[in-house]
Amino acid sequence: MNPELIIFIILALVSIGAALGMLFSKNAVYAALFLILNFITVAIFYLILGGAFIAVTQVAVYAGAIMVLFLFVIMLLGTEKLGQSKTLAWQRPVAIVLALVLMAEAVYVIFFRFTGISTAAAIPEGFGSPAAIGTLLYSQYLLPFEVTSVLLLVAMIGAIVLTRKEK
Amino acid sequence: MLPISYYVALSAILFSIGALGVLIRRNAIIIFMSIELMLNAANLAFVAFARMHEALSGQIFVFFVMTVAAAEVAVGLALIVTIFRTKKSIDVDQMSSLKG
Repeated sequence: MNPELIIFIILALVSIGAALGMLFSKNAVYAALFLILNFITVAIFYLILGGAFIAVTQVAVYAGAIMVLFLFVIMLLGTEKLGQSKTLAWQRPVAIVLALVLMAEAVYVIFFRFTGISTAAAIPEGFGSPAAIGTLLYSQYLLPFEVTSVLLLVAMIGAIVLTRKEK
Repeated sequence: MLPISYYVALSAILFSIGALGVLIRRNAIIIFMSIELMLNAANLAFVAFARMHEALSGQIFVFFVMTVAAAEVAVGLALIVTIFRTKKSIDVDQMSSLKG
């Protein structure tokens, strides 16, 4: 058996298992830790797909900064163990069935209907390296890059304004 | 090299799990995490297609999606903290004050 396929299957199982663990864990802190595991496996997939810079960003920004923010808020509010409320209980089985239908449909379309997906050739030299990403980011995508800085500033101001105590 | 469709299928499965999480969980923070999972699944598809077409623009797009996700989390968690202060709960079923 192809070693690459074995690695893919193991990582995919860990990734899906972590996602399901996040979904069904009762404690929100465990859910956050499962999500971090999922993000790290996805980062390894990025590495396999030739996105070195994106993989490191994934670990630093997603698994690092964003999830620390989540854990911080969970512990600040003290709402680790929130039970399921009983209102609209009939939604649960319906949602599970619909999600399974969505999943089956997507996998069917990807494997049997959409023939445009092919096996990629060998990775070209320097593909996805920080230098290549940086060059592209500061030439072709300069304006969107600058706009993201404004977006982050607005988000920061918004978070401060929203959590400020009313006088 | 594995076929790119494997990665895209994995991305679709992760996206469905995220969508399921938004539908069945009632804890606002878990719903938020499910949204992050869906964004992440979309990012995986972007990177897979960038690899297939050997176009770095897909990876640049992932970078922008991460920035938007960071901004969204900052504002969203601030909203959750504010809601918790007024209602003492983050159960989304209890946020029904506007219902007549």
